[in-house]
Amino acid sequence: MEIKKTSLHKLHNDHHAKFVEFAGYEMPIQYKKGIIEEHKFTRSNSGIFDVSHMGQLFIYGNEDLTNDLEKIFPLDLKNLKQNSSKYTFLMNDKAGIYDDLIITKLKEGYLIILNAACKDNDLKILTKLLNNKYKMILDEQKSLIAIQGPKSAEILNSVISGINELSFMTGNWFNYKDQKTYITRSGYTGEDGFEISITNRFIEDLTKKLIENGAQLIGLGARDTLRLEAGLCLYGHELDINKTPIEANLKWAISKERILKGGFVGSDIIVNQIKDGTKQIRVGVKPEGRLIAREKTKIYDEEDKLIGEITSGTFGPSVNGPVAIGYVQKQYSKKDTKIFLEVRGKKHPANIFGLPFYKKSYVKGDN
Amino acid sequence: MSEVKYSKEHEWIKIEGDVGTIGITQHATEMLGDIVFVELPDVGASVEKDGNAGVVESTKAASDVYTPISGEVMENNQAIVDDPGKINSDPENEAWFFKLKIKDKNELDTLMNKEEYDKFAKESGN
Repeated sequence: MEIKKTSLHKLHNDHHAKFVEFAGYEMPIQYKKGIIEEHKFTRSNSGIFDVSHMGQLFIYGNEDLTNDLEKIFPLDLKNLKQNSSKYTFLMNDKAGIYDDLIITKLKEGYLIILNAACKDNDLKILTKLLNNKYKMILDEQKSLIAIQGPKSAEILNSVISGINELSFMTGNWFNYKDQKTYITRSGYTGEDGFEISITNRFIEDLTKKLIENGAQLIGLGARDTLRLEAGLCLYGHELDINKTPIEANLKWAISKERILKGGFVGSDIIVNQIKDGTKQIRVGVKPEGRLIAREKTKIYDEEDKLIGEITSGTFGPSVNGPVAIGYVQKQYSKKDTKIFLEVRGKKHPANIFGLPFYKKSYVKGDN
Repeated sequence: MSEVKYSKEHEWIKIEGDVGTIGITQHATEMLGDIVFVELPDVGASVEKDGNAGVVESTKAASDVYTPISGEVMENNQAIVDDPGKINSDPENEAWFFKLKIKDKNELDTLMNKEEYDKFAKESGN
């Protein structure tokens, strides 16, 4: 299969990107300055991430659609306000996760942002679950960028005025050069920021404007260190078809109302796991010293018993030390529990850490 | 008089008498990206030519370090353990990895000189 390129590929190239293949797309892993500087620039200033490889799925419909989507997602969509967003999951009937996603209620239906590697399968599953009743478009004509970091609001507002009215996890339509663009205040770095969806033809022009106003392009490498410091899950690592949202410690994302009433795909398992607990659970892991524990590193207790595995691990530039996320047996999940990580044949001490590693600075917006 | 030679695994060795100082090349650091962790061989350890002699980790991945020459480790550079960023900023000087007592000087003949290495690095791409 031919590798796909986003509409910003040329701009990445002009900015000396190093490319990697990610979910069938050639994506920038880093630019000239490298992951650490890109990471720190995002935390202190404003970084632009090309996330056009992610799926933008529009589903058109009214109350019937809301009712039908409530049979799929563990959300209280009836009471979700127009232009508000929620983080949720597409699950199988065992509550295993097909994908994690952001769903936003629009006037004419819903917008769902899907992981690049999952989007085609998600569309098949959703089409089946919705019995082909609604018009669904996985829109390849639109690009998506995230702008993240404390100066992002100011920079974006100087290019598209009015975005300050947005509060966290809400969106709205704006105009850029008479082109309609849907912007949400959201992101995946632990910083204040926005995601901007606009037609492919305008994305390079808009991105260049943001760069002229002080933002910089940031690669997938720093996106990973930023989300890891923020304690956020990455599909294919922390989340997969063999894990449930309760095991992933994401109960907060499931509507309380829906836990009581059930009636969504996987609800029996979710309700039971909330009541009885799970055998394993997702935790933060902080290695002592500078040792980096990568994905698949085995976790042991003080008696040398295997108790879990790391799912993501790297060096966190803002905490200036190693950070990791993994799954351990429930009884070892308490903060500050001493554990051991097997790296290159040796056991190294580490501690269970209360996520996030880096405290977020999301803002509420003007209103 | 000292002489510097290079391996295909992108290590350099500076030879002064029967002591070799070993590190990784500028080209290697550019391929690796930001280095955030380093593990060095213990003082007193015997290392074999082309065998494992430490690890460097970047934000992206872990990579083995090989010794271009056999010998006994006399000293390792704790300064780069405490501040691995030095490897990116000055890889072929301040950020040396370890010094060893060279076991067999004939092994040096298998290595490249600066001109040969630069050509090799350019052709190996990345």
